[in-house]
Amino acid sequence: MIRQPGTSGLIFNEPTVWDKSRDGRCALSLPRADVDRVPLNPALTGDAPNLPQLSELDVVRHYTRLSQWNFGVDSGMYPLGSCTMKYNPKTNEIQASRQGFAGAHPLAGEAFSQGALRLMYELEQFLAEITGFAGVTLQPAAGAHGELAGMLIIHAYHAKQGRQRSKIIIPDTAHGTNPAAATLCGYKSVNLKSGPKGILEPEAVAAVMDEDTAGIMITNPNTLGLFEEHIREICAIVHGKGGLVYGDGANMNAIMGVVKPGHSGIDVLHLNLHKTFSTPHGGGGPGSGPVAVTKDLIAFLPIPRVEKQLDTFRFVTDCPDTIGRMHTFYGHFGVMIKAYAYILSMGPQGLLDASRLAVLNANYIKECLKDTLNLPYDRPCMHECVFNDARQKNYHITTKDITKRLLDYGFHPPTVYFPLVVEGAFMVEPTETESKEDIDQFINAVKAIVKEAESTPEKLTQAPTLPKVTRLDEVTAARKPCLRG
Amino acid sequence: MKKINDLNLPEHVKYTKDHEWAKFEEEVVTIGITDYAQDQLGEIVFVEMPEVVDTFSAQDEFGTVESVKAVSALYMPISGEVVAVNDNLEDAPELVNEDCYQGGWIIKIKPADSAEMDALMDKAAYLEMLKG
Repeated sequence: MIRQPGTSGLIFNEPTVWDKSRDGRCALSLPRADVDRVPLNPALTGDAPNLPQLSELDVVRHYTRLSQWNFGVDSGMYPLGSCTMKYNPKTNEIQASRQGFAGAHPLAGEAFSQGALRLMYELEQFLAEITGFAGVTLQPAAGAHGELAGMLIIHAYHAKQGRQRSKIIIPDTAHGTNPAAATLCGYKSVNLKSGPKGILEPEAVAAVMDEDTAGIMITNPNTLGLFEEHIREICAIVHGKGGLVYGDGANMNAIMGVVKPGHSGIDVLHLNLHKTFSTPHGGGGPGSGPVAVTKDLIAFLPIPRVEKQLDTFRFVTDCPDTIGRMHTFYGHFGVMIKAYAYILSMGPQGLLDASRLAVLNANYIKECLKDTLNLPYDRPCMHECVFNDARQKNYHITTKDITKRLLDYGFHPPTVYFPLVVEGAFMVEPTETESKEDIDQFINAVKAIVKEAESTPEKLTQAPTLPKVTRLDEVTAARKPCLRG
Repeated sequence: MKKINDLNLPEHVKYTKDHEWAKFEEEVVTIGITDYAQDQLGEIVFVEMPEVVDTFSAQDEFGTVESVKAVSALYMPISGEVVAVNDNLEDAPELVNEDCYQGGWIIKIKPADSAEMDALMDKAAYLEMLKG
């Protein structure tokens, strides 16, 4: 029996902070007021918010205990496909915490913010170099926000051409947020099915691309973890009808230093710094979704832009064709610092190695597990591989049961039931930072669980048993959400 | 999930390939999703419906059903104008799971051309499609 990381340990119960609250209990004492009391305008006053009253120790224990119920990359393998939950070196956190950065104020003015501006300027240059584009904005707050910025740029481009278009092509292997970004720009999504190999076929694009279509949104590598091999041909078809190609670069972790999307015909691309460039994520942010564009589209980028004149950096807002602001101030600066530190510490060879290892690890898992789980698209994958539960159907075991059981073995489940093109999808993205030993342990766990599915299926249907909370009542949570204490 | 032979597929409604059912009765067509669809989706937590007087062509998307597993589009079996929506689903979307052909109906429409009903599947044809 191979020893798995999952085990039971002493985990504390913990009530909500409102349950622990006692009137008058407080974590700090305010200094005596040294100004006179002045009554407030009654129009500005109201009932105080219902905040819990707790001592410092109450609060420390509360969050320490909750963190022990949690699972993160720092506690174990987190192969959540499409999310790139890789380990982010702690040095990048340390750089972002430096006093000069942490204490910077967005209203301090250019003269007092030269270091911060230089970092933004240089990060834009690094990302332009990595992606092969001419201009970059760092403003968007996360991936879907970057998609929106990118689509607004495409919208502004067509407006500038003098004729707005009404539709956008979105393949079934694109990210789920793509249609939302297009819809917000007033475009109607035209869904396109991928071919039998799991990638887009140029003929299919040619059949729907017309002069009322603003362009196409392509995720490459796509959500099946497959590389879109006909990208140049597809770009030529779309450009031929006057459209633009939007590239969803959320899966950039697979191709850094290998492919420059800007050189393959793509016009606009967003990146997820919090996936590819070293910011922990999964708790709702903050993220960062820079957008890179070709030379022809630089004029539409959001303002303010950062410019360098001799050795001085300054903000520029005088850009008549800009789509405007996407964010207050300049975007999520802390995430930019981590990306900058990551790129500098990895260097060109390090980034290339990271992508190669991410792809190698995913292919290793695909090969080791393809006799255990069904593999709908059996061909070389990029950074993630997609299985499903077709072979377990006979004994009524689903992807959900397999992944719940993985929790007992000490692994975060992979992404499930996405992408929608694979029924019962089980999408594994190991990333480059897992060692071979840890990946082998994961593979052995999946093999053991699939054996259990035949011999003792109740171990799966009742799983997980070891975590602090087991199967949650997702239905009641969705139908009757309780959003406050 | 139910076996195909355990599905409740009434004789008196017509079926679409997207798993909606439609029933023509006194100049009005009532539309919902089939037992197969609700079973596949799992527990439904939200139904997004159109407004009364919205008009749609056959195969247009007229709303969505959301379960804990996925969000799925609802497609018009035939063309027509919405004359009623099932307001009960706002507070009790589970009606679609519990009683998909009666209490769990989704919209009623005035058909543009009731002859379009003839193009839909009957129980035998729908069952055949499910068996693949």
